[in-house]
Amino acid sequence: MKIKLSSSQLLPALVLLGALLLWIVLSLLKVFPESVFPSPLAVAKGFVEEARSGRLLDDLVASLFRVTTGFVLSVFTGIPVGLWLGRSQRARQALLPTINFFRNLSPLAWIPFAILWFGVGDLPTIFLIFMAAFFPTVIATMGAVASIPSVYFRVARDYGFSNSKILTHVTLPAIAPQVITSLRVTAGLAWLVVVAAEMIAGRAGLGFAIWDARNGLRMDLLVCGMIVIGLIGVVIDRILVQLTKIPSVRWGYER
Amino acid sequence: MSDNPLQLDNVSFGFGSIAVFEKLSLAVARGEFVAIVGPSGCGKTTLLDLFSQFRAPTSGTIQCTGGVRMVYQHDSLFPWQTVSQNIALGLSHITDAGEQRRRIGEMLSLINLEQFGDTYPHQLSGGMRRRVELARALAGDSDILLLDEPFSALDYLTRLRLRNELARMLEEFPRTVVLVTHDIEEAAQLADRVLVFSERPARICCEITLELKRPRELTHPQVVQTVHRILAELGLEHQDRHLAVLA
Ligand SMILES: Nc1ncnc2c1ncn2[C@@H]1O[C@H](COP(=O)(O)OP(=O)(O)OP(=O)(O)O)[C@@H](O)[C@H]1O
Ligand SMILES: [Mg+2]
Repeated sequence: MKIKLSSSQLLPALVLLGALLLWIVLSLLKVFPESVFPSPLAVAKGFVEEARSGRLLDDLVASLFRVTTGFVLSVFTGIPVGLWLGRSQRARQALLPTINFFRNLSPLAWIPFAILWFGVGDLPTIFLIFMAAFFPTVIATMGAVASIPSVYFRVARDYGFSNSKILTHVTLPAIAPQVITSLRVTAGLAWLVVVAAEMIAGRAGLGFAIWDARNGLRMDLLVCGMIVIGLIGVVIDRILVQLTKIPSVRWGYER
Repeated sequence: MSDNPLQLDNVSFGFGSIAVFEKLSLAVARGEFVAIVGPSGCGKTTLLDLFSQFRAPTSGTIQCTGGVRMVYQHDSLFPWQTVSQNIALGLSHITDAGEQRRRIGEMLSLINLEQFGDTYPHQLSGGMRRRVELARALAGDSDILLLDEPFSALDYLTRLRLRNELARMLEEFPRTVVLVTHDIEEAAQLADRVLVFSERPARICCEITLELKRPRELTHPQVVQTVHRILAELGLEHQDRHLAVLA
Protein backbone atom coordinates (compact mmCIF):
# COMPACT_ATOMS: atom_id res chain seq x y z
CA MET A 1 0.00 0.00 0.00
CA LYS A 2 2.81 2.39 0.93
CA ILE A 3 4.64 1.75 -2.33
CA LYS A 4 1.45 2.24 -4.29
CA LEU A 5 0.72 5.57 -2.66
CA SER A 6 4.13 7.03 -3.47
CA SER A 7 4.07 5.58 -6.98
CA SER A 8 0.75 7.29 -7.63
CA GLN A 9 2.56 10.60 -7.18
CA LEU A 10 5.90 9.48 -8.55
CA LEU A 11 4.66 8.12 -11.88
CA PRO A 12 3.02 11.29 -13.16
CA ALA A 13 6.04 13.30 -12.02
CA LEU A 14 8.32 10.91 -13.91
CA VAL A 15 6.24 11.22 -17.06
CA LEU A 16 6.39 15.02 -16.91
CA LEU A 17 10.12 14.88 -16.26
CA GLY A 18 10.53 12.52 -19.24
CA ALA A 19 8.62 14.91 -21.49
CA LEU A 20 10.83 17.77 -20.34
CA LEU A 21 13.95 15.69 -20.99
CA LEU A 22 12.74 14.78 -24.46
CA TRP A 23 12.16 18.47 -25.14
CA ILE A 24 15.68 19.34 -23.92
CA VAL A 25 17.26 16.57 -25.99
CA LEU A 26 15.33 17.50 -29.12
CA SER A 27 16.33 21.14 -28.83
CA LEU A 28 19.99 20.28 -28.00
CA LEU A 29 20.20 17.98 -31.03
CA LYS A 30 18.67 20.78 -33.09
CA VAL A 31 16.25 18.40 -34.78
CA PHE A 32 14.18 21.46 -35.62
CA PRO A 33 15.58 24.98 -36.06
CA GLU A 34 15.47 27.15 -32.94
CA SER A 35 13.08 29.59 -34.63
CA VAL A 36 10.26 27.03 -34.80
CA PHE A 37 11.20 24.88 -31.81
CA PRO A 38 12.17 27.01 -28.81
CA SER A 39 14.38 25.45 -26.14
CA PRO A 40 13.17 25.11 -22.54
CA LEU A 41 15.72 27.71 -21.50
CA ALA A 42 14.39 30.25 -23.99
CA VAL A 43 10.85 29.57 -22.80
CA ALA A 44 11.90 29.99 -19.16
CA LYS A 45 13.56 33.31 -20.03
CA GLY A 46 10.45 34.37 -21.92
CA PHE A 47 8.34 33.46 -18.93
CA VAL A 48 10.42 35.60 -16.60
CA GLU A 49 10.30 38.47 -19.10
CA GLU A 50 6.52 38.26 -19.42
CA ALA A 51 6.02 37.94 -15.69
CA ARG A 52 8.31 40.92 -14.95
CA SER A 53 6.58 43.20 -17.45
CA GLY A 54 3.23 42.31 -15.89
CA ARG A 55 1.80 41.31 -19.25
CA LEU A 56 1.34 37.70 -18.24
CA LEU A 57 -0.68 38.65 -15.19
CA ASP A 58 -2.80 41.11 -17.20
CA ASP A 59 -3.55 38.50 -19.84
CA LEU A 60 -4.33 35.90 -17.20
CA VAL A 61 -6.72 38.25 -15.39
CA ALA A 62 -8.41 39.25 -18.65
CA SER A 63 -9.01 35.64 -19.67
CA LEU A 64 -10.15 34.52 -16.23
CA PHE A 65 -12.52 37.47 -15.96
CA ARG A 66 -14.16 36.57 -19.28
CA VAL A 67 -14.41 32.87 -18.55
CA THR A 68 -15.81 33.44 -15.09
CA THR A 69 -18.38 35.99 -16.27
CA GLY A 70 -19.54 33.93 -19.25
CA PHE A 71 -19.59 30.71 -17.27
CA VAL A 72 -21.45 32.15 -14.29
CA LEU A 73 -23.99 33.80 -16.60
CA SER A 74 -24.62 30.53 -18.41
CA VAL A 75 -24.95 28.59 -15.14
CA PHE A 76 -27.39 31.05 -13.61
CA THR A 77 -29.57 31.08 -16.71
CA GLY A 78 -29.01 27.52 -17.92
CA ILE A 79 -29.96 25.75 -14.68
CA PRO A 80 -33.35 27.53 -14.30
CA VAL A 81 -34.17 26.90 -17.96
CA GLY A 82 -33.15 23.26 -17.54
CA LEU A 83 -35.33 22.96 -14.44
CA TRP A 84 -38.27 24.36 -16.35
CA LEU A 85 -37.76 22.06 -19.33
CA GLY A 86 -37.32 19.08 -17.04
CA ARG A 87 -40.68 19.71 -15.40
CA SER A 88 -42.77 20.79 -18.36
CA GLN A 89 -43.20 18.33 -21.17
CA ARG A 90 -44.79 20.95 -23.40
CA ALA A 91 -41.85 23.29 -23.01
CA ARG A 92 -39.53 20.38 -23.73
CA GLN A 93 -41.37 19.46 -26.90
CA ALA A 94 -41.37 23.05 -28.06
CA LEU A 95 -37.78 24.00 -27.30
CA LEU A 96 -35.66 20.86 -27.34
CA PRO A 97 -35.04 20.74 -31.12
CA THR A 98 -33.88 24.36 -31.13
CA ILE A 99 -31.66 23.82 -28.13
CA ASN A 100 -30.15 20.73 -29.69
CA PHE A 101 -29.44 22.69 -32.85
CA PHE A 102 -27.53 25.37 -30.97
CA ARG A 103 -25.75 22.88 -28.79
CA ASN A 104 -24.35 21.15 -31.85
CA LEU A 105 -23.36 24.42 -33.50
CA SER A 106 -19.74 25.16 -32.64
CA PRO A 107 -19.60 28.37 -30.61
CA LEU A 108 -16.67 29.43 -32.76
CA ALA A 109 -19.05 29.80 -35.69
CA TRP A 110 -20.44 32.81 -33.83
CA ILE A 111 -17.08 34.64 -33.87
CA PRO A 112 -17.86 36.86 -36.92
CA PHE A 113 -21.20 37.95 -35.48
CA ALA A 114 -19.70 38.38 -32.04
CA ILE A 115 -17.23 40.89 -33.48
CA LEU A 116 -19.86 42.63 -35.62
CA TRP A 117 -22.24 43.00 -32.71
CA PHE A 118 -19.87 43.58 -29.81
CA GLY A 119 -16.62 44.78 -31.34
CA VAL A 120 -13.40 43.48 -29.79
CA GLY A 121 -12.59 43.07 -26.09
CA ASP A 122 -14.48 41.50 -23.21
CA LEU A 123 -18.02 41.47 -24.57
CA PRO A 124 -17.67 39.31 -27.69
CA THR A 125 -15.61 36.77 -25.76
CA ILE A 126 -18.11 36.59 -22.91
CA PHE A 127 -20.86 36.16 -25.48
CA LEU A 128 -18.99 33.26 -27.11
CA ILE A 129 -18.34 31.56 -23.77
CA PHE A 130 -21.99 31.93 -22.91
CA MET A 131 -22.98 30.33 -26.22
CA ALA A 132 -20.59 27.45 -25.50
CA ALA A 133 -21.71 26.75 -21.93
CA PHE A 134 -25.41 27.64 -21.86
CA PHE A 135 -26.86 24.86 -24.01
CA PRO A 136 -24.98 21.93 -22.45
CA THR A 137 -25.97 23.22 -19.00
CA VAL A 138 -29.63 23.35 -20.02
CA ILE A 139 -29.55 19.83 -21.47
CA ALA A 140 -27.72 18.32 -18.48
CA THR A 141 -30.04 19.96 -15.94
CA MET A 142 -33.11 18.94 -17.90
CA GLY A 143 -31.96 15.33 -18.11
CA ALA A 144 -31.15 15.26 -14.42
CA VAL A 145 -34.57 16.64 -13.46
CA ALA A 146 -36.40 14.21 -15.73
CA SER A 147 -34.59 11.26 -14.15
CA ILE A 148 -35.40 12.06 -10.49
CA PRO A 149 -37.29 9.00 -9.18
CA SER A 150 -40.89 10.08 -8.69
CA VAL A 151 -41.01 8.43 -5.26
CA TYR A 152 -38.96 11.34 -3.85
CA PHE A 153 -41.74 13.74 -4.79
CA ARG A 154 -44.30 11.44 -3.22
CA VAL A 155 -42.30 11.33 0.00
CA ALA A 156 -42.03 15.12 -0.09
CA ARG A 157 -45.80 15.40 -0.38
CA ASP A 158 -46.32 12.76 2.36
CA TYR A 159 -44.26 14.91 4.70
CA GLY A 160 -46.03 18.12 3.77
CA PHE A 161 -43.34 19.93 1.77
CA SER A 162 -44.39 23.21 0.17
CA ASN A 163 -43.61 23.77 -3.52
CA SER A 164 -40.61 25.95 -2.74
CA LYS A 165 -39.33 23.40 -0.24
CA ILE A 166 -39.68 20.69 -2.89
CA LEU A 167 -37.46 22.77 -5.16
CA THR A 168 -34.78 23.49 -2.56
CA HIS A 169 -34.92 20.21 -0.62
CA VAL A 170 -35.71 17.64 -3.32
CA THR A 171 -35.19 18.81 -6.89
CA LEU A 172 -31.95 20.75 -6.46
CA PRO A 173 -30.16 18.23 -4.22
CA ALA A 174 -31.37 15.38 -6.42
CA ILE A 175 -29.85 16.88 -9.57
CA ALA A 176 -26.71 18.29 -7.90
CA PRO A 177 -24.35 15.39 -8.69
CA GLN A 178 -25.21 15.32 -12.39
CA VAL A 179 -25.17 19.09 -12.70
CA ILE A 180 -21.75 19.30 -11.03
CA THR A 181 -20.39 16.76 -13.50
CA SER A 182 -21.74 18.82 -16.36
CA LEU A 183 -20.27 22.01 -14.88
CA ARG A 184 -16.83 20.43 -14.99
CA VAL A 185 -17.30 19.61 -18.66
CA THR A 186 -18.67 23.02 -19.61
CA ALA A 187 -15.99 24.87 -17.63
CA GLY A 188 -13.39 22.98 -19.68
CA LEU A 189 -15.29 23.89 -22.83
CA ALA A 190 -15.42 27.54 -21.79
CA TRP A 191 -11.67 27.57 -21.23
CA LEU A 192 -11.11 26.13 -24.72
CA VAL A 193 -13.41 28.73 -26.24
CA VAL A 194 -11.87 31.73 -24.48
CA VAL A 195 -8.48 31.04 -26.00
CA ALA A 196 -9.88 30.62 -29.50
CA ALA A 197 -12.10 33.68 -29.17
CA GLU A 198 -9.32 35.92 -27.88
CA MET A 199 -7.08 34.96 -30.78
CA ILE A 200 -9.57 36.62 -33.10
CA ALA A 201 -11.73 38.98 -31.09
CA GLY A 202 -9.37 39.94 -28.28
CA ARG A 203 -7.03 42.78 -27.45
CA ALA A 204 -5.74 41.10 -24.30
CA GLY A 205 -5.93 37.68 -22.73
CA LEU A 206 -3.95 34.48 -23.04
CA GLY A 207 -5.38 33.63 -26.47
CA PHE A 208 -4.44 37.07 -27.72
CA ALA A 209 -0.97 36.70 -26.19
CA ILE A 210 -0.42 33.51 -28.16
CA TRP A 211 -1.57 35.10 -31.37
CA ASP A 212 0.58 38.14 -30.70
CA ALA A 213 3.64 35.98 -30.02
CA ARG A 214 3.07 34.11 -33.25
CA ASN A 215 2.80 37.39 -35.21
CA GLY A 216 5.98 38.66 -33.57
CA LEU A 217 7.69 35.29 -34.27
CA ARG A 218 8.34 34.88 -30.53
CA MET A 219 7.93 31.12 -30.32
CA ASP A 220 9.33 31.14 -26.78
CA LEU A 221 6.46 33.36 -25.61
CA LEU A 222 4.00 31.23 -27.55
CA VAL A 223 5.06 28.09 -25.70
CA CYS A 224 5.03 30.04 -22.44
CA GLY A 225 1.40 31.01 -23.13
CA MET A 226 0.49 27.43 -24.02
CA ILE A 227 1.89 26.13 -20.77
CA VAL A 228 0.02 28.70 -18.71
CA ILE A 229 -3.25 27.95 -20.56
CA GLY A 230 -2.89 24.22 -19.94
CA LEU A 231 -2.02 24.71 -16.28
CA ILE A 232 -4.93 27.06 -15.63
CA GLY A 233 -7.30 24.59 -17.29
CA VAL A 234 -6.12 21.91 -14.89
CA VAL A 235 -6.46 24.28 -11.93
CA ILE A 236 -10.05 25.18 -12.90
CA ASP A 237 -10.99 21.52 -13.04
CA ARG A 238 -9.28 20.84 -9.69
CA ILE A 239 -11.33 23.63 -8.14
CA LEU A 240 -14.60 22.25 -9.53
CA VAL A 241 -13.68 18.74 -8.39
CA GLN A 242 -13.92 20.09 -4.85
CA LEU A 243 -17.68 20.40 -5.40
CA THR A 244 -17.94 16.63 -5.83
CA LYS A 245 -16.51 16.21 -2.31
CA ILE A 246 -19.46 17.90 -0.60
CA PRO A 247 -20.94 15.18 1.65
CA SER A 248 -24.51 15.65 0.44
CA VAL A 249 -23.60 14.96 -3.20
CA ARG A 250 -21.25 11.99 -2.64
CA TRP A 251 -24.14 9.54 -3.18
CA GLY A 252 -24.29 10.54 -6.83
CA TYR A 253 -20.75 9.34 -7.47
CA GLU A 254 -20.67 6.22 -5.34
CA ARG A 255 -23.35 3.96 -6.74
CA MET B 1 -69.79 6.46 8.73
CA SER B 2 -67.97 4.16 11.07
CA ASP B 3 -65.00 4.90 13.26
CA ASN B 4 -62.65 2.62 11.37
CA PRO B 5 -59.55 4.58 10.41
CA LEU B 6 -59.45 2.84 7.04
CA GLN B 7 -62.49 1.75 5.11
CA LEU B 8 -63.36 0.98 1.48
CA ASP B 9 -66.98 0.67 0.38
CA ASN B 10 -67.77 -0.81 -3.03
CA VAL B 11 -64.60 0.64 -4.48
CA SER B 12 -63.83 0.11 -8.15
CA PHE B 13 -60.61 1.16 -9.79
CA GLY B 14 -58.82 0.46 -13.06
CA PHE B 15 -55.91 1.55 -15.19
CA GLY B 16 -57.48 2.15 -18.58
CA SER B 17 -59.01 -1.14 -19.63
CA ILE B 18 -57.37 -3.09 -16.80
CA ALA B 19 -59.88 -3.51 -13.99
CA VAL B 20 -57.93 -3.77 -10.75
CA PHE B 21 -60.78 -3.65 -8.21
CA GLU B 22 -64.49 -4.20 -8.70
CA LYS B 23 -66.74 -3.27 -5.83
CA LEU B 24 -64.22 -4.07 -3.15
CA SER B 25 -65.19 -3.48 0.47
CA LEU B 26 -62.77 -3.66 3.34
CA ALA B 27 -62.38 -2.13 6.78
CA VAL B 28 -59.43 -1.92 9.14
CA ALA B 29 -60.10 -1.27 12.81
CA ARG B 30 -58.12 1.11 15.00
CA GLY B 31 -54.87 -0.45 16.14
CA GLU B 32 -55.37 -3.49 13.94
CA PHE B 33 -52.52 -5.05 11.96
CA VAL B 34 -53.76 -6.32 8.60
CA ALA B 35 -51.52 -8.19 6.20
CA ILE B 36 -52.36 -8.53 2.53
CA VAL B 37 -50.95 -11.32 0.42
CA GLY B 38 -51.78 -12.12 -3.15
CA PRO B 39 -50.34 -12.86 -6.57
CA SER B 40 -47.99 -10.35 -8.17
CA GLY B 41 -49.82 -7.63 -10.10
CA CYS B 42 -53.15 -8.21 -8.37
CA GLY B 43 -53.33 -4.65 -7.07
CA LYS B 44 -51.77 -4.61 -3.61
CA THR B 45 -49.68 -1.49 -4.18
CA THR B 46 -52.69 0.11 -5.84
CA LEU B 47 -54.77 -0.62 -2.74
CA LEU B 48 -52.27 1.26 -0.57
CA ASP B 49 -52.28 4.12 -3.08
CA LEU B 50 -56.06 4.29 -2.72
CA PHE B 51 -55.83 4.28 1.07
CA SER B 52 -53.26 7.09 1.03
CA GLN B 53 -55.45 9.03 -1.43
CA PHE B 54 -52.66 9.08 -3.98
CA ARG B 55 -55.15 7.58 -6.42
CA ALA B 56 -58.89 8.28 -6.52
CA PRO B 57 -61.36 5.43 -7.10
CA THR B 58 -63.58 5.40 -10.19
CA SER B 59 -66.53 4.63 -7.94
CA GLY B 60 -67.19 3.87 -4.28
CA THR B 61 -66.02 5.67 -1.19
CA ILE B 62 -62.77 5.58 0.70
CA GLN B 63 -62.47 6.67 4.27
CA CYS B 64 -59.08 7.38 5.75
CA THR B 65 -58.99 9.24 9.04
CA GLY B 66 -55.73 10.25 10.63
CA GLY B 67 -52.21 10.90 9.54
CA VAL B 68 -50.81 8.34 7.10
CA ARG B 69 -47.20 7.28 6.62
CA MET B 70 -46.14 4.97 3.84
CA VAL B 71 -43.05 2.81 3.44
CA TYR B 72 -42.59 2.27 -0.27
CA GLN B 73 -41.70 -0.89 -2.13
CA HIS B 74 -38.45 0.71 -3.35
CA ASP B 75 -35.79 2.77 -1.59
CA SER B 76 -37.20 6.18 -0.83
CA LEU B 77 -34.79 7.69 1.69
CA PHE B 78 -33.39 10.97 0.45
CA PRO B 79 -29.81 10.05 -0.47
CA TRP B 80 -28.63 13.65 -0.01
CA GLN B 81 -29.65 13.65 3.64
CA THR B 82 -28.12 11.85 6.58
CA VAL B 83 -29.99 9.20 8.52
CA SER B 84 -30.87 11.76 11.21
CA GLN B 85 -32.11 14.29 8.66
CA ASN B 86 -34.25 11.65 6.99
CA ILE B 87 -35.81 10.65 10.27
CA ALA B 88 -36.34 14.32 11.13
CA LEU B 89 -38.71 14.60 8.14
CA GLY B 90 -41.30 12.80 10.23
CA LEU B 91 -40.69 15.15 13.16
CA SER B 92 -41.00 18.51 11.45
CA HIS B 93 -43.99 19.41 13.63
CA ILE B 94 -41.63 19.60 16.62
CA THR B 95 -40.21 23.10 16.56
CA ASP B 96 -37.91 22.83 19.54
CA ALA B 97 -34.51 21.76 18.21
CA GLY B 98 -33.42 20.05 21.41
CA GLU B 99 -36.62 18.06 21.66
CA GLN B 100 -36.33 17.08 18.00
CA ARG B 101 -32.77 15.86 18.56
CA ARG B 102 -33.94 13.83 21.52
CA ARG B 103 -36.69 12.18 19.48
CA ILE B 104 -34.28 11.39 16.64
CA GLY B 105 -31.94 9.78 19.16
CA GLU B 106 -34.85 7.77 20.48
CA MET B 107 -35.73 6.49 16.99
CA LEU B 108 -32.07 5.71 16.26
CA SER B 109 -31.77 3.57 19.35
CA LEU B 110 -35.08 1.90 18.53
CA ILE B 111 -33.57 0.66 15.25
CA ASN B 112 -30.15 0.01 16.84
CA LEU B 113 -28.37 2.53 14.65
CA GLU B 114 -27.22 4.97 17.36
CA GLN B 115 -23.82 5.43 15.75
CA PHE B 116 -25.17 6.04 12.27
CA GLY B 117 -27.05 9.32 12.67
CA ASP B 118 -24.59 11.25 10.53
CA THR B 119 -24.21 8.53 7.92
CA TYR B 120 -25.69 8.86 4.44
CA PRO B 121 -28.05 6.13 3.17
CA HIS B 122 -25.66 4.88 0.47
CA GLN B 123 -23.16 4.02 3.19
CA LEU B 124 -25.63 1.63 4.87
CA SER B 125 -26.58 -1.94 4.05
CA GLY B 126 -29.98 -2.72 2.55
CA GLY B 127 -31.36 -3.92 5.88
CA MET B 128 -30.10 -0.84 7.70
CA ARG B 129 -31.77 1.38 5.09
CA ARG B 130 -35.10 -0.40 5.55
CA ARG B 131 -34.84 0.13 9.29
CA VAL B 132 -34.30 3.84 8.73
CA GLU B 133 -37.35 3.94 6.44
CA LEU B 134 -39.41 2.33 9.19
CA ALA B 135 -38.07 4.80 11.74
CA ARG B 136 -38.86 7.74 9.47
CA ALA B 137 -42.43 6.49 9.02
CA LEU B 138 -42.90 5.78 12.73
CA ALA B 139 -41.40 9.06 13.93
CA GLY B 140 -44.00 11.69 14.55
CA ASP B 141 -47.64 11.31 15.33
CA SER B 142 -49.26 9.56 12.36
CA ASP B 143 -51.96 7.01 13.17
CA ILE B 144 -51.77 4.77 10.13
CA LEU B 145 -48.81 2.94 8.69
CA LEU B 146 -48.94 1.55 5.15
CA LEU B 147 -46.09 -0.85 4.41
CA ASP B 148 -45.49 -2.00 0.84
CA GLU B 149 -43.27 -5.09 0.94
CA PRO B 150 -40.86 -3.35 3.28
CA PHE B 151 -38.52 -6.33 3.63
CA SER B 152 -38.85 -8.13 0.32
CA ALA B 153 -35.46 -7.09 -1.00
CA LEU B 154 -33.63 -8.52 2.01
CA ASP B 155 -32.08 -11.87 2.81
CA TYR B 156 -34.01 -14.37 4.90
CA LEU B 157 -32.18 -13.88 8.20
CA THR B 158 -32.38 -10.09 8.04
CA ARG B 159 -36.07 -10.43 7.28
CA LEU B 160 -36.62 -12.58 10.35
CA ARG B 161 -34.78 -10.07 12.49
CA LEU B 162 -36.65 -7.05 11.10
CA ARG B 163 -40.00 -8.75 11.66
CA ASN B 164 -39.25 -8.89 15.36
CA GLU B 165 -37.96 -5.38 15.27
CA LEU B 166 -41.17 -4.14 13.64
CA ALA B 167 -43.23 -5.95 16.28
CA ARG B 168 -41.17 -4.31 18.99
CA MET B 169 -41.45 -0.86 17.40
CA LEU B 170 -45.22 -1.20 17.18
CA GLU B 171 -45.30 -2.19 20.83
CA GLU B 172 -43.74 1.15 21.62
CA PHE B 173 -45.55 3.21 18.98
CA PRO B 174 -48.92 1.54 18.37
CA ARG B 175 -50.37 2.17 14.92
CA THR B 176 -53.04 0.90 12.58
CA VAL B 177 -51.01 -1.08 10.07
CA VAL B 178 -51.61 -2.43 6.58
CA LEU B 179 -48.72 -4.61 5.45
CA VAL B 180 -48.49 -5.78 1.85
CA THR B 181 -46.18 -8.74 1.50
CA HIS B 182 -45.21 -11.71 -0.63
CA ASP B 183 -43.85 -13.39 2.43
CA ILE B 184 -46.51 -15.66 3.87
CA GLU B 185 -44.53 -16.35 7.02
CA GLU B 186 -44.19 -12.63 7.60
CA ALA B 187 -47.95 -12.21 7.35
CA ALA B 188 -48.58 -15.12 9.73
CA GLN B 189 -46.01 -13.91 12.24
CA LEU B 190 -47.12 -10.29 12.38
CA ALA B 191 -50.76 -9.78 11.45
CA ASP B 192 -53.96 -9.81 13.47
CA ARG B 193 -55.75 -10.54 10.23
CA VAL B 194 -54.43 -11.88 6.93
CA LEU B 195 -56.32 -11.13 3.71
CA VAL B 196 -55.55 -13.31 0.72
CA PHE B 197 -56.28 -11.57 -2.58
CA SER B 198 -57.20 -13.27 -5.83
CA GLU B 199 -55.90 -12.52 -9.32
CA ARG B 200 -57.16 -9.32 -10.98
CA PRO B 201 -59.82 -8.03 -10.57
CA ALA B 202 -58.83 -8.62 -6.99
CA ARG B 203 -61.28 -10.06 -4.50
CA ILE B 204 -60.59 -11.07 -0.92
CA CYS B 205 -60.72 -14.82 -1.29
CA CYS B 206 -59.94 -15.65 2.31
CA GLU B 207 -59.60 -13.96 5.66
CA ILE B 208 -57.64 -15.49 8.54
CA THR B 209 -57.70 -14.03 12.05
CA LEU B 210 -54.95 -14.69 14.59
CA GLU B 211 -55.29 -13.81 18.22
CA LEU B 212 -51.77 -14.65 19.27
CA LYS B 213 -49.73 -11.92 20.95
CA ARG B 214 -46.73 -10.43 19.12
CA PRO B 215 -43.80 -11.11 18.77
CA ARG B 216 -44.62 -14.65 17.73
CA GLU B 217 -42.28 -17.56 17.32
CA LEU B 218 -41.95 -18.59 13.70
CA THR B 219 -42.54 -22.18 14.73
CA HIS B 220 -45.56 -21.55 16.94
CA PRO B 221 -48.29 -24.06 15.86
CA GLN B 222 -50.81 -21.30 15.11
CA VAL B 223 -48.30 -19.48 12.90
CA VAL B 224 -47.40 -22.70 11.10
CA GLN B 225 -51.05 -23.54 10.61
CA THR B 226 -51.77 -20.09 9.19
CA VAL B 227 -48.92 -20.50 6.72
CA HIS B 228 -50.46 -23.77 5.57
CA ARG B 229 -53.87 -22.22 5.18
CA ILE B 230 -52.59 -19.30 3.13
CA LEU B 231 -50.61 -21.66 0.89
CA ALA B 232 -53.69 -23.78 0.38
CA GLU B 233 -55.76 -20.69 -0.38
CA LEU B 234 -53.23 -19.63 -3.02
CA GLY B 235 -53.47 -23.11 -4.53
CA LEU B 236 -49.91 -23.99 -3.64
CA GLU B 237 -50.67 -26.80 -1.19
CA HIS B 238 -53.48 -29.26 -0.57
CA GLN B 239 -55.25 -28.46 2.63
CA ASP B 240 -56.14 -32.07 3.50
CA ARG B 241 -52.50 -33.09 3.20
CA HIS B 242 -51.26 -30.80 5.97
CA LEU B 243 -54.23 -31.70 8.11
CA ALA B 244 -53.14 -35.28 7.74
CA VAL B 245 -49.63 -34.33 8.84
CA LEU B 246 -50.90 -32.47 11.88
CA ALA B 247 -53.12 -35.34 12.94
N1 LIG C 1 -48.95 3.29 -13.22
C1 LIG C 1 -49.67 2.31 -13.80
N2 LIG C 1 -50.20 2.48 -15.01
C2 LIG C 1 -50.94 1.50 -15.59
N3 LIG C 1 -51.17 0.32 -15.03
C3 LIG C 1 -50.67 0.08 -13.81
C4 LIG C 1 -49.88 1.07 -13.14
N4 LIG C 1 -49.50 0.55 -11.94
C5 LIG C 1 -50.02 -0.69 -11.90
N5 LIG C 1 -50.71 -0.98 -13.01
C6 LIG C 1 -51.47 -2.21 -13.28
O1 LIG C 1 -52.24 -2.50 -12.13
C7 LIG C 1 -52.06 -3.82 -11.70
C8 LIG C 1 -51.84 -3.84 -10.19
O2 LIG C 1 -50.59 -3.22 -9.93
P1 LIG C 1 -49.96 -3.17 -8.48
O3 LIG C 1 -48.69 -2.41 -8.56
O4 LIG C 1 -50.99 -2.68 -7.53
O5 LIG C 1 -49.68 -4.72 -8.23
P2 LIG C 1 -49.06 -5.41 -6.94
O6 LIG C 1 -50.09 -6.35 -6.42
O7 LIG C 1 -48.52 -4.39 -6.01
O8 LIG C 1 -47.90 -6.26 -7.59
P3 LIG C 1 -46.47 -6.63 -6.95
O9 LIG C 1 -46.74 -7.66 -5.91
O10 LIG C 1 -45.73 -7.21 -8.09
O11 LIG C 1 -45.88 -5.39 -6.40
C9 LIG C 1 -50.87 -4.39 -12.45
O12 LIG C 1 -51.24 -5.62 -12.99
C10 LIG C 1 -50.58 -3.40 -13.54
O13 LIG C 1 -50.95 -3.97 -14.77
MG1 LIG D 1 -46.57 -3.80 -5.43
